[in-house]
Amino acid sequence: MTAPLPARVSTEVDTGRVRGANPLPQIAMFCWAVVTALPLLWAVVSSVKSDDEILNHPWPPPATPHFDNWVRAWTAADIGRYFLNSLIVVGGALLLTMLLGSLAAYALARYRFRGNRLLYHTFVAALFFPVFLALVPLFFVVDRLGLLGTYPGLILVYAAYAVPFTVFFLHAFFGTLPTEIAEAAVLDGCSHGAVFFRVMLPLARPGLVAVGIFNFLGLWNQYLIPLVLNPDPDRYVLAQGLAALSVSQGYRSDWGGLFAGLTIAMLPVLVAYVAFQRHIRAGMTAGAVK
Amino acid sequence: MGHGRWRFLFAALVPALVLHVVFVLSPYAQAFYLSLTDWTGVAGQAHFVGVDNYARLGVDPLFLDAVRNNAIMLLVVPAATIGLGLFLASMLHRGGRGLRGGSAYQIVYFFPQLLSLVIVAVLWGFVYNPNTGLLNSGLRAIGLGALAHSWLAEPRFALAAVMAVLVWSSVGFYVVLFRAAIDGIPGELFEAARLDGAGGWSSFRHVTLPLVRENVQVAFVYLGIAALDGFAVVQVMTVGPGGPDGATEVVGLSLYRTAFSYGKFGYASAMGVALFFATLTLAILALRTGRRERPATRGGQA
Repeated sequence: MTAPLPARVSTEVDTGRVRGANPLPQIAMFCWAVVTALPLLWAVVSSVKSDDEILNHPWPPPATPHFDNWVRAWTAADIGRYFLNSLIVVGGALLLTMLLGSLAAYALARYRFRGNRLLYHTFVAALFFPVFLALVPLFFVVDRLGLLGTYPGLILVYAAYAVPFTVFFLHAFFGTLPTEIAEAAVLDGCSHGAVFFRVMLPLARPGLVAVGIFNFLGLWNQYLIPLVLNPDPDRYVLAQGLAALSVSQGYRSDWGGLFAGLTIAMLPVLVAYVAFQRHIRAGMTAGAVK
Repeated sequence: MGHGRWRFLFAALVPALVLHVVFVLSPYAQAFYLSLTDWTGVAGQAHFVGVDNYARLGVDPLFLDAVRNNAIMLLVVPAATIGLGLFLASMLHRGGRGLRGGSAYQIVYFFPQLLSLVIVAVLWGFVYNPNTGLLNSGLRAIGLGALAHSWLAEPRFALAAVMAVLVWSSVGFYVVLFRAAIDGIPGELFEAARLDGAGGWSSFRHVTLPLVRENVQVAFVYLGIAALDGFAVVQVMTVGPGGPDGATEVVGLSLYRTAFSYGKFGYASAMGVALFFATLTLAILALRTGRRERPATRGGQA
């Protein structure tokens, strides 16, 4: 099997099935691309159509684009406010997650002490539990702390549920970094904290970026946690606001505004994907392949 | 240095640990205790009722609907997603010859995976709309108007419509995953299969499938966990939600409603524990024969 195949034989086999002669793969790939992209494109196109066009001519593009749908969604339908709420909560949670997660991962990856393995597994075990199990007690924990429906409450809970994955991911990453630079810094009289912030964090940048992107996507897409812990409509996050809107808007029937809201909600993720698509696909599948 | 070391370790670990214990570990632990009580949310009013809640679960018709639907989803969603994912990944690979435009396809396929399931659900709510939706108006446009249905309002279609959305949103991830796994198979194996006269199907069966088995197992765990959930899609998209007539009820929705609409927190916790053991059983069964065990990478998505 290791010996190279005689060229003649392989050509013969290849001519048996001429390159590109079998159209099935292209057809299959193209069909699924249509199935994937069509609903998304349709939503974007519908977001600039009038209600009459949406109701009576669902397929063709609009005669004239109605960008006022977007304006109405952003202001009248509160998508702008939900967007801002999401930014505040996700931004705060992301900072907190990255700080606490990287510190914990570093301490667990680079220091030997009693209980290290136990602590690590305490964090990582949470990855296997369904959030539904924690939901009821979590509601009362947050309520008792007086944090129900507040930004700090959501930020703390988002961070708490993102830290285990961050520790898991960065623990492996810090483990691969060279030890010599850190040791040299310690010999030069650097404190442990300074070694972490000045030496290790900059070295770990690729890992921090990767886990930061995943955390952003995961936190931006949260629904269950805000649904339970964030009952105040003024503080709804984007997913929550859009879901509420799609139910109530059905009666007020501002279809154009609703499609516009949907499109606005998809944009940040699309932007992140376009900017980091290689990282995202490689990183998200890395855990499941070698 | 020893002193500074402990101070640093303390400062590095304690904040994360406090957050973890307060908001993650303690709720998980409390859930098991609450499931044995009749707690309705009034402090001091919880009575220990033993396994009563679990006994009630066994005769609660709506919960049994939910279990049945989650079981169907558990059988159909992973099978359909993995089947489609493997098929498309093999088409992309074509025994090592690759496919023109292959990477562009992967970029498109992957995008729905990144969207919140809520956004996916709102989108598909529009697609399934009986009068103005993409699906029915498309069917009418090509002369198949007779096939148009109220997809989410007819009991015989509603669950299938929900499952189709779950499959739609995740196939892209598995195409990329399986493509990476198939790329890891030595090209000589495909060459050898071709020399032996194996066609596409038989080289898929005898070369690809056995060598990506572990990835399929991992995929089954991820997808199985997603199929035991289904909450966001059902809650946003279906009538009721959970309808019509329990046709799309799922355990997560029953739990959410029992707790936060009816205030039966003890009973809801019992549902959570049941879901936990279902998840655990699934993961153990699927990974038992596998050599590696890794946690899900979609951690933040909770």
